[in-house]
Amino acid sequence: MSTSRAGTSRRVGSPPEPTAPATGAPAVSVRNLSKTYRIARAGDRPATAAEAVLRRARHPLQRQSYDVMHALEDVTFDIPWGSAVGIVGRNGAGKSTLLKILTRITAPSGGRIELGGRVGSLLEIGTGFHPELTGRENIYLNGTLLGMRRKEIQRRFDEIVEFSGVEKFLETQVKRYSSGMYIRLAFAVAAHLETEILAIDEVLAVGDVEFQNKCIAKMRDVARDGRTVLYVSHQIQTVKALCSSAMYLEAGRLVEMGSVDRAIELYTSSFAQAAQQQLDAGRRPGTGELRFASAQPSKEVYRPDDDKVIEFAIPGSASSIGQYFVSAHVNNEDGVVIAQCDSRLVGRWFDPGEEVRGRLTLRAPWLKPGRYTVDLYLCKTGILDAWEGSCTFTVLPVLPYPDAASADGSEKGVVFGDFVYDS
Amino acid sequence: MTSSTTAEARRIVISAPGRFRLPAPRTLWEAREVLWRFGLRDITLRYRQTFLGVIWVVLQPALTAGIFTLVFGKVANLDSGGVPYFVFSFVGMTAWNVFNGVATRAAPSLVANSALVSKVFFPRVLVPLSTACSVVVDLAVSLVMAVGLLFAYGINPGWAVLTAPVWLLMLMLLGAGLGVAASALMVRYRDVGYILPFALQALLYISPIAYALSAVPAKYEIFYQVNPLSWLLQCVRWSLLGQPMPPWWQIGGSVAASVGAFLLGVLVFEQLEREFADVI
Repeated sequence: MSTSRAGTSRRVGSPPEPTAPATGAPAVSVRNLSKTYRIARAGDRPATAAEAVLRRARHPLQRQSYDVMHALEDVTFDIPWGSAVGIVGRNGAGKSTLLKILTRITAPSGGRIELGGRVGSLLEIGTGFHPELTGRENIYLNGTLLGMRRKEIQRRFDEIVEFSGVEKFLETQVKRYSSGMYIRLAFAVAAHLETEILAIDEVLAVGDVEFQNKCIAKMRDVARDGRTVLYVSHQIQTVKALCSSAMYLEAGRLVEMGSVDRAIELYTSSFAQAAQQQLDAGRRPGTGELRFASAQPSKEVYRPDDDKVIEFAIPGSASSIGQYFVSAHVNNEDGVVIAQCDSRLVGRWFDPGEEVRGRLTLRAPWLKPGRYTVDLYLCKTGILDAWEGSCTFTVLPVLPYPDAASADGSEKGVVFGDFVYDS
Repeated sequence: MTSSTTAEARRIVISAPGRFRLPAPRTLWEAREVLWRFGLRDITLRYRQTFLGVIWVVLQPALTAGIFTLVFGKVANLDSGGVPYFVFSFVGMTAWNVFNGVATRAAPSLVANSALVSKVFFPRVLVPLSTACSVVVDLAVSLVMAVGLLFAYGINPGWAVLTAPVWLLMLMLLGAGLGVAASALMVRYRDVGYILPFALQALLYISPIAYALSAVPAKYEIFYQVNPLSWLLQCVRWSLLGQPMPPWWQIGGSVAASVGAFLLGVLVFEQLEREFADVI
């Protein structure tokens, strides 16, 4: 039901409306929301109080100069009760900023938000867990921080413990927990929040598959209770599995609010579009001290088990000092990073004094059929050049295995494994 | 489709914050549990991590008072206004520890909890304020010892003892004002962490804590007349040691200064808080 309701609620850029009465009002109502960050220019920001006082004494009238960045601009939407809304968009589109404003971690710069109840957040799992405290103490501390009252925690304590499966270790300090136990306990607390609105940022990416499914089921229950779930993710699979509607953000603006399929379609097609824009080196993020001149795959198409070779060029620079390294992210069509190839890991550093014509050879894993994009990063202590979608290549729809099987034999998994069976 | 929980829930409005603002009392009240949980965490960790935790709380003021007795009472032979020097400096240290404890524990608290502050919403001012919980525990231990000393030395402060909680609360507010402001400044300026302990050390010696106001030469008295900490110490000594009641303007002034410092500290905090969230 919520899909159709959400579909009609798209009011991008419409003028502010009179506040709806409490009855029948949407769970979340956002009007003309904007957020600007002021970024201090490099070296223009005193790091010590002494320096700040001295500077003020020397230049009493000078104001600090900032670059203004618009993280969100004029975003307007309504979310009805009982819907699970996915928020998708590329990095820097404003998804996390939107969630941070809704959960009041940061304040908006303009606009107005009306929430129909408390917002519980699951922004990063285990936030507020203290390693020296026991599991029991952490349940209370974390639950309180997430906005639960003591009575609510007491009432749901057994449920939380059961969900997490750490009954035996309740009186043990969590620093002695395995990372799996730690995550399960942290998620269990958060999943039992009784807030009317729940905001989640990528947390389902943790834990094993069984636990992830348990989490998705839990989130569905939350929405079925008539509460509202907001979910930010890069993982298209979980957005599809969990959400009844979705919004697509691009460069701080709400482009689409409606069906999940439409939002995801816009999201995936944005990768190609963005790659085009990023060809203009001056518009790419990074300090610009040194930038990639070009990048292309050695072939347009590869077989899954071929070596994939990315050739890149970096001009020499006399003014740049100190060795730098290169990192490449290979992303699949869903925007999932399949592999991070950092030259530091294989002991390669580059000298800025000379022109570099480099080759990155990705030997494993075998890639599934589809289109892949490569993000290239040039880094020293900070990022000099971040070139997202520097090039793309296609993997042919063939199997890298000696024998064939029906589709269900190879459709699972993000990559193909190189394996043998022995007996 | 609207569940019963949502019908009774109150609508929350978020809009861009104004220029000067104090945290809404309602928000603070709703988050009181956070204050308590943070305080509980600090107390638990303090006494679980240091094996000598409890003993330390007892020993620290007693040792300091003992040293002050030796240095100021015996070596320098300063006046303590007719009260045995040990009791005199013990009460002084108890009062100082309330002020100093809140200020020094509150100041680094925000940096220490920065991960939390950037991930979950709750009134952030509660982080430095919650440090007062563990100071209250220390204070309680000190007060029990102080009462023991009063009986042991046969000192009867009279009805003025009823006002003691007020002065201790004022010391706490004064310390919290300083600590809360410092905690927000420390996020931005790392040297605040070095300046503050030094400033507090200096304040310890220029305030009449280890010695009585009567031991101060007349020409320097003006410095003590303008120091709110000195007024508060006079009030504490009046209420606990039966020393003469300070003038009314000092009593009123110490309350005004403490409440004022607290509000100013919170105002500075709120102002900076907004900035450190937005200036990356």
